[in-house]
Amino acid sequence: MTDSAMATEQVVARGSRSNGTLYRGDPGMWSWVAHRITGVLTFFFLFAHVLDTALVRVSPNAYDQVIETYKSPIVNLLEVGLVGAVLYHALNGIRVMLVDFWAKGPKYQKPMLWTLLVVWVLVMVPGAYFMMVRTVSEMFGGS
Amino acid sequence: MTLALDKPRSPRRPAARRSNFELASWLFMRISGIALIVLVLGHLFIMNILDGGVHRINFAFVAGRWSSPFWQLWDLSMLWLAEIHGGNGLRTVINDYARKDTTRFWLKVMLYVSMVLILALGTYVIFTFDATIPAD
Repeated sequence: MTDSAMATEQVVARGSRSNGTLYRGDPGMWSWVAHRITGVLTFFFLFAHVLDTALVRVSPNAYDQVIETYKSPIVNLLEVGLVGAVLYHALNGIRVMLVDFWAKGPKYQKPMLWTLLVVWVLVMVPGAYFMMVRTVSEMFGGS
Repeated sequence: MTLALDKPRSPRRPAARRSNFELASWLFMRISGIALIVLVLGHLFIMNILDGGVHRINFAFVAGRWSSPFWQLWDLSMLWLAEIHGGNGLRTVINDYARKDTTRFWLKVMLYVSMVLILALGTYVIFTFDATIPAD
């Protein structure tokens, strides 16, 4: 076979997911997709966040007015999403480093993914509660 | 079932490596990542969850925090590491998905301009913060 003919090869995918030779379509691939999406979203938030914080150099009232929008119900919900995105990115970043630097990392990449998702849920449930409790109680007339 | 996969081995040898920039970038993402886990998760916990979360944040709250050199240094390190970590991540994303050289070039120009703007503005704000500025 010539080099160009070999450039794209038909590979039999049978059984390859279970023995770890094929990453495409594996949960590991989706963890990489989610890592990119959460990273890009966080970068755009950082841009906005430095601009809103810079208002402390304009005047206390200008800053307080913009910060009030962070306390509205919809933006409060977006904050839960931001914390969830950053937390996933941090936990998966630890997993990436373990895959890179720990000898058994590649072997355990999948169990590590399930572990980080469990940790994410365990942190996000109380986290979302404390972030939303005041907004929800104010919306539904509680004191 | 069969899948068409690109061969991992390139048919031609790549040009001789001229710099270790991509290696440094790869290493920086991991080292800054470890620091950012502490800096950013700590920041999010304090600002969004602890003690009433976002509802207690206002100018006076910021003034109280930035009266301490510890939190000034925390926020300054977080700003620089997060902006460069995120900017380098976006550089990789642009390299992966931009299909034309001119698109790639202009997206990177926009990225680098925004990074310089955010780093300069953020650093300026932390160093020149004035708690006695007039209210309006």
